[in-house]
Amino acid sequence: MSEEIVFDCLHAEIVNYCLNNSKDQHDLATLEYIGFTTGYRLIERLTRDVTRFKDELETMKFICTDFWTLIYKKQVDNLRTNNHGMYVVQDKAFRFLTRISPGAKQLEQAPKFVAFTCGLVRGALSNLGINSTVTAEVQTIPACRFHIEVNRS
Amino acid sequence: MSRQASRLDAKKVNSEFLTLTYGALVTQMLRDFENVEDVNKQLERIGYNMGMRLIEDFLARTSSPRCLEMRETADRIQQAFRIYLNVQPTISNWSPASDEFSLLFDSNPLTEFVELPQDLTNLRYSAILSGCIRGALEMVQLEVQCWFVQDQLKGDNVTELRVKLVRRLEEAIPAGED
Repeated sequence: MSEEIVFDCLHAEIVNYCLNNSKDQHDLATLEYIGFTTGYRLIERLTRDVTRFKDELETMKFICTDFWTLIYKKQVDNLRTNNHGMYVVQDKAFRFLTRISPGAKQLEQAPKFVAFTCGLVRGALSNLGINSTVTAEVQTIPACRFHIEVNRS
Repeated sequence: MSRQASRLDAKKVNSEFLTLTYGALVTQMLRDFENVEDVNKQLERIGYNMGMRLIEDFLARTSSPRCLEMRETADRIQQAFRIYLNVQPTISNWSPASDEFSLLFDSNPLTEFVELPQDLTNLRYSAILSGCIRGALEMVQLEVQCWFVQDQLKGDNVTELRVKLVRRLEEAIPAGED
């Protein structure tokens, strides 16, 4: 679909903006927050005609299938959980990393491109009633693993 | 994982996702800068950067030849809006010299779900569009000015974007190669 390129460009510019604007080059909080607000609003539109989720696992499945397909044009490759609020989502070809050459050299740049998505997932879950912490781990480009930890209080 | 994504309209969601992301960015900028003019400038600059990249994609996708006059350029811009934002602006209000025209939008996908609060009347919310046009045209050696005449966010019936040709940029000869 043609609009994808527009979004890819916009995402690149957002990354650029957030990092140039903050004093610390490694400060990804703003970027994550932009993702959070986007995810929070987006999920409201997406789940309008979806029946209520039974439990947490079903919510996670929705994120991994429908949500991911709509935004990243593919499903996640693997979803694992320890049934105690830890979920690991694996994507072997993460969209924002596929245009970066695979190699150890670019690895340190990777966090910039996954921070937005961490926020996006956190925001989406938050509006579905799940308070969580989302972190990402990139070992080899373009594979990426997201750790979702549900905060229970 | 047997759920089908087809229940949701992918194309619509795509554009809504873009709209919301853009909205989040603008909100963040308003928080970062005190001055609304600075936000306008930043948005314009981001648009400029995006335009410079999008023109490559546009030329590769449409393989359109070089435009010899502004009327052709206007048609191409219209086509680009159709491809990238799925809207069809109307071209009108040509100046007698054919170097200035308006793009009229009935609806602007970027401003869906958006309402401007009273104190932000100076914000050019869609400044990214004018930046985009400027950046893209500069890559094909056209220097233009681009600004908003009317804006639906400010109560007008349509959104009107005015484009004016400043000059054609000449291919500069690298030093010592003439």
